[in-house]
Amino acid sequence: MTTDEVVAELRDGMTIGIGGWGSRRKPMALVRAILCSPLKDLTVVSYGGPDVGLLASAGKIKRLVFGFVTLDSIPYDPWFSRVREEGSIEVTEYDEGVLGTGLSAAAQRLPFLPTRAGLGTDVMSALKTVRSPYADGEELLAVPALRLDAALVHLNRADARGNAQYLGPDPYFDDLYALAADKCYVSTEKVVPTAELTAAGPVQSLLLNRASVHGVVETPNGAHFTTAAPDYGRDERFQRHYAASAKDPAAWPGFVDRFLSGDETSYQNAVARFTEEAA
Amino acid sequence: MSRADVAVIACAELFRGDGEIVISPMGYIPSLGARLARLTFEPDLLLSNGEAYLMHDDVIEGWQPFRKVLDTVVPHGKRHVVMGANQVDAQGNQNISAIGDHDRPAKQLLGVRGGPGNTANHRTSYWVPRHSRRVFVEHVDVVSGVGFARARAAGLRYHDVHRVVTNLGVLDFGGPDHAARLVSVHPGVTVDEVLEATSFPLLTDEVETSREPTGAELELLATLDPKSLREKEVPE
Repeated sequence: MTTDEVVAELRDGMTIGIGGWGSRRKPMALVRAILCSPLKDLTVVSYGGPDVGLLASAGKIKRLVFGFVTLDSIPYDPWFSRVREEGSIEVTEYDEGVLGTGLSAAAQRLPFLPTRAGLGTDVMSALKTVRSPYADGEELLAVPALRLDAALVHLNRADARGNAQYLGPDPYFDDLYALAADKCYVSTEKVVPTAELTAAGPVQSLLLNRASVHGVVETPNGAHFTTAAPDYGRDERFQRHYAASAKDPAAWPGFVDRFLSGDETSYQNAVARFTEEAA
Repeated sequence: MSRADVAVIACAELFRGDGEIVISPMGYIPSLGARLARLTFEPDLLLSNGEAYLMHDDVIEGWQPFRKVLDTVVPHGKRHVVMGANQVDAQGNQNISAIGDHDRPAKQLLGVRGGPGNTANHRTSYWVPRHSRRVFVEHVDVVSGVGFARARAAGLRYHDVHRVVTNLGVLDFGGPDHAARLVSVHPGVTVDEVLEATSFPLLTDEVETSREPTGAELELLATLDPKSLREKEVPE
């Protein structure tokens, strides 16, 4: 598939899960394709990074389900701050663990799963509790299944049928996103023959199998400017440029013109020029 | 000996008695404190590198990706986290989510992150590099880490908020009915200075002076932090 073909399968108002964590292994090429589409009113579920900031900048998010939004090396995403402080998006704020618990419930086709995390807070006060039926009688938070219409994840390698592999140190929650979703789309650094997957890494690195994947897109440097270790690290200089541009309303249109107004190829070319200028 | 050195020691002291558990220090000074504690009086501590590895000096000794932390390490409880705090209140609630009304905050912060789960499951301490009335407030705007009254009401049996280390001293909630106490002031800081920088009352019956680093600890610190980056987090 192409990034545009993936986005063509998404609909206004869908609940879309985005894999990765903060500014790490985010399916940014797919996010960029959404920016160029007419999609709107999305509910986005994310351990948020610049995916959230960029989608918010283009007014794509109606509601965000999140545990945090951060650029990691830069604490706050300026676009997320702006839309929150303007009150222009709705949010469901969860503990990091609670977000994973909701995805787990969806992946396991359960209505909810119990946890202690979130008890005693206000932000999760809309959630109901459940009492243990056993002798302890403990009251626990009943985290409702976080069912996704679609999941977007970025993996280091995949074969054409959707078996997908991470080669970095952390799988994040990408397999849960895949199983919690009706449709999962994988962008990958490189599509390889199946036999190359186990040649490149241990069998445990095969995070997704093709039964849970509905489409594969090859997008070299497609997690840019987030990390896709070991293929590449975070482009810190570009991230600083993004954050500075996002912070300054006068600078933002220039950033959009230069980087976000064309397709993925023109993005990557513009990034290459940006990198050359620094060299 | 600098104020930063004393803050590192106060952070190291957070882990005294912890034994063989995972320490997750957020912030440079708590990280230095954890490493110093392991090199001296708590040799069995496990230290995460903030990403997927447990590190012993320069050697990877374990794999601990984020999902494993949240699915098993946190709920299992053998962990002591030191979190930052944009606000801490009189009851030990912490806020890193947002300032103002949650529906439309005056300032959006990180989000609650792991604060609710950490405070529900295991020992949690806080590190505040700039002790001020803006941080130490009567009531936090958004509860991220859960304090004592809320924990009791919610029946959180593993709640264990330990201490708050700041650039001025060390606080805990060990007074009657979990009242906030000033445990120690760093050398050169007066009790009144801390009270002045705190919006809620602190019990000051048994305030000590924070322990100074030993000569051996200062030597270790010079090795762990040769460029003295700690002085940036806590200026003199």
